[in-house]
Amino acid sequence: MAFINYANREINCKIVYYGPGLGGKTSNLQYIYDRTAEKSKGKMISLATEADRTLFFDFLPLDLGTVRGFTTRFHLYTVPGQVFYDASRKLILKGVDGVIFVADSQVERVEANVESIRNLDENLSDHGLLLQDIPYALQFNKRDLDNVVSVEDMYRSLNFKREPTFEAIATKGYGVFDTLRAVAKLILKDLNRGR
Amino acid sequence: MAGDLVIYQEEYELLESVLRRLRADSNARAIFLIDKNGQQIAAAGELDQFDTTSLASLTAGNVAATDGLAKLIGEREFSVLFHEGQQDHIHISIVGKRAILLVIFDDRSSLGLVRLRVKRASGEMETVFETMASKAAVAEETGETASPFAEITDEDIDALFSE
Ligand SMILES: Nc1nc2c(ncn2[C@@H]2O[C@H](COP(=O)(O)OP(=O)(O)O)[C@@H](O)[C@H]2O)c(=O)[nH]1
Ligand SMILES: [Mg+2]
Repeated sequence: MAFINYANREINCKIVYYGPGLGGKTSNLQYIYDRTAEKSKGKMISLATEADRTLFFDFLPLDLGTVRGFTTRFHLYTVPGQVFYDASRKLILKGVDGVIFVADSQVERVEANVESIRNLDENLSDHGLLLQDIPYALQFNKRDLDNVVSVEDMYRSLNFKREPTFEAIATKGYGVFDTLRAVAKLILKDLNRGR
Repeated sequence: MAGDLVIYQEEYELLESVLRRLRADSNARAIFLIDKNGQQIAAAGELDQFDTTSLASLTAGNVAATDGLAKLIGEREFSVLFHEGQQDHIHISIVGKRAILLVIFDDRSSLGLVRLRVKRASGEMETVFETMASKAAVAEETGETASPFAEITDEDIDALFSE
């Protein structure tokens, strides 16, 4: 749920990157952080284990400028992907305005992707939200690897509601901003539609 | 969108004045009012001493994790959290249903004083939240949307990403 402040003329929205462990969620945020001008970003916070796996969340505040006189701020979060962190994942979805699902294109991760979308759907409904209704984009990441599933097959097994879908190489930045822009657009449009 | 938190000038000023008074009465360094989703609503005190955006996000994460713990052992919530440091301490409490109050203080104040003053200020803030909720309900009923983006275009949004 967005936060609209008429006193400061600010609008804050929350976007969550979801998906199976090691799919590239943190890499998406890292690339956005690296490519965003100093004045437009805050500190990136990563609550990670010693081995650099996301433990609770990564957080990146982005200040993208003004729309219609309102400063528009997006708070980007990632969830920990490993199955046993489900309680943490659920907490991070609280108050979400839009979700980006980062799927791992490797053949051996087909099951993990499907399971993670099912988990997303279930955790959203615990917050009274429906994947069917919320701003949502899908990303097929790691397209640079050799052992990847074809885009057509991935689309068939993962696309939920004809959401905007992007191929990506998060570590190189390919597709990263396109995915973010798509979901940001859906969120801002959703604000004025009302539910 | 239903459920969005909308704040207007009048209530914002009221909340800020409650925070300023709380900060003076409790001798605190800084006070932050934060949405449970991690967004700062209002603040008072030595704000330039802190990374306020990160504070808001981590505080909300902390409260969310602690709420999760409470539920696991059958409690509804832990209404107050206190973290004691060498010099600075933080007192975190829940205000109403969806806000978190974070007080940062040092030895010019004390836990007892903070606790006492927070209690009174929380009552005042809850009244403001009730006003906000009823304004939002009226807006919903009259079909008046809160969005300033009624006529937003694709070009507007693309411009945000133009850098
Ligand atoms: N080859 C390749 N590796 C990637 C890509 N995206 C992420 N990785 C790597 O995959 C691993 C896990 O990425 P990470 O962003 O931590 O995944 P997370 O668990 O979803 O946050 C890291 O070693 C990344 O460098 C990609 O597009 N291509
Ligand atoms: Mg990660």
